[in-house]
Amino acid sequence: MAEQINIIPGGDKPNQDVFSETLQRLAETDQNIIAVTSDSRGSGKLVPFGKKFPKQIVEVGIAEQNLVGVAAGLGSCDKKVFAVSPACFLTARSLEQIKNDICYSDHPVTVVGISAGVSYGALGSTHHSLHDFAALRAINNIIIVAPADNYETEQATLIAAESKQPVYLRFGKKVMPLLKENSKEVFAFGKGRVITEGDDIAIIANGETVDPAVKAAALLKESGINATVVSMHTIKPLDTELLSALAGKVKAIITVEEHSVNGGLGEACASYLLQNGYYKPFKIMGIPDEYTVSGSQVEIFKHYGISAEGISNQAKRLLT
Amino acid sequence: MTTKELKQKSTIYRKKILQYIVKAKAGHTGGSLSSTDILNVLYNEVMNVSPQNFTSTDRDRYVQSKGHCVEALYVVLADKGFFPEEDLDTLCKYQSKYIGHPTRKVNGIEQNTGALGHGLPICVGTALAAKLDQKDYRVFTLMGDGELPEGSNWEAALSAAHYKLDNLCAIVDKNTLQITGPTADVCNTDPLDEKWKAFGWAVREVDGNDVEALTATFAALPFEKGKPSMIIAHTTKGKGVSFMENEVKWHHGVPNKEQYDQAINELDEILTSLSD
Repeated sequence: MAEQINIIPGGDKPNQDVFSETLQRLAETDQNIIAVTSDSRGSGKLVPFGKKFPKQIVEVGIAEQNLVGVAAGLGSCDKKVFAVSPACFLTARSLEQIKNDICYSDHPVTVVGISAGVSYGALGSTHHSLHDFAALRAINNIIIVAPADNYETEQATLIAAESKQPVYLRFGKKVMPLLKENSKEVFAFGKGRVITEGDDIAIIANGETVDPAVKAAALLKESGINATVVSMHTIKPLDTELLSALAGKVKAIITVEEHSVNGGLGEACASYLLQNGYYKPFKIMGIPDEYTVSGSQVEIFKHYGISAEGISNQAKRLLT
Repeated sequence: MTTKELKQKSTIYRKKILQYIVKAKAGHTGGSLSSTDILNVLYNEVMNVSPQNFTSTDRDRYVQSKGHCVEALYVVLADKGFFPEEDLDTLCKYQSKYIGHPTRKVNGIEQNTGALGHGLPICVGTALAAKLDQKDYRVFTLMGDGELPEGSNWEAALSAAHYKLDNLCAIVDKNTLQITGPTADVCNTDPLDEKWKAFGWAVREVDGNDVEALTATFAALPFEKGKPSMIIAHTTKGKGVSFMENEVKWHHGVPNKEQYDQAINELDEILTSLSD
């Protein structure tokens, strides 16, 4: 018997806002918390942080390579550094600095990709980050996390501040509903969060696509299909224990991500499942290998089937 | 150390650089030889860093942006006691930590480098940390003139001046040659002093193979309060070995037995002249 799906209507705040508020809370008692920005404090919601802690924000101007290099230098001196910039620039232009200066040199910096995926919507592909999971997955020594709701965002920020390993946090701009009321479970990197439980199909999503996945599960329930929805917030290290358990239980698996279908959450799951003997009907939902249709984030999502209807229809196709 | 002793050190370092490059059958010979005197003076006369204080937050920091010239750095670090010199017998060998670019697996190395244009931004962060923590340590980075077209250097140059990082010193090993040929022909960066000055740095030029001049220049740091310091060190690529000097083929050329013997003979002659 599947659990009652519990969606809090109305939502709460954009994850970016929660990140900034959490960082501010941390900085109240820890002067080693440093935010590094590249003219990105506005979009990173860090203006209040900068006003309150002017010595704990380093502004480098629009210069992402320098942003990451400077962050690594600060990180080498025991600072708890959050390098904050739009994900599209941060994980492309300064990828070499992430790879070498942070990951290879092993400085515990948190790289924060804001306005990620297609958050910038109609601003177009220059401003979309649909490659970041793929690029960073292939780089050793970085934890990759895309929180789904405000709770996950707060927890991820707190854990990242104390992480001894480099972390990539990825946020969008959209107001996100809390996925579970009064979450009591312990949030940990590398441990997927089960939002709803059902034995027919697993929908594994992350970031802002968990919300439509949960809504898809509600639609499926109306058709008598019970879905497990997982917020697989951490892509690396992947929660393979949970994946194995799911694959042993459900008839089919769908992954959903605000990322290219190449190299992201879906392929990470597929790689694990196939190499460990789990052969299930499987579908990766995301942005196909093309420059996206123009439109808002919601319109782009809908265009590519990342919606309650799109995901539930895909689930039904996979189960027939 | 006296000037004579420093000169002797440089010559011994050069012999060892060649010795380990020949043993490894790989290495960046020309640039290691051009930067030897800079590293010698930094580690023996300027920086407060040693195996004993390497974990202290107060130590001076050195990041080798021109990471490919790691042989010079390894030889100096071994001499300073960061690791036994015989470890370098494994240079570039299977499973050795002594690889062809700096890595923190080796005691005494602050930062993994190798890709160019990375040292300065990291050092800006490190120098900023010193300011934030009100620490007195200084931060040094050695760059090659061939790596200066990397845009990240100029991003960092702006930040260093913006934050008035007078605890930061960058040295350009201006040996005027890179793998393709003369740097001026590949991508001319002259007039270099004017560029750095325009970016808000205090600039001095020095003969980068003159240990006495280098010592005096470093002693004048910071060149101007409230400004990062740039030392444009005019050097000779392949310095100390007649047939390697100013020859681009020695960028990463490895001498054969005959060439090695000749090079060691020439360096021994310098040592003999210094002992007179």
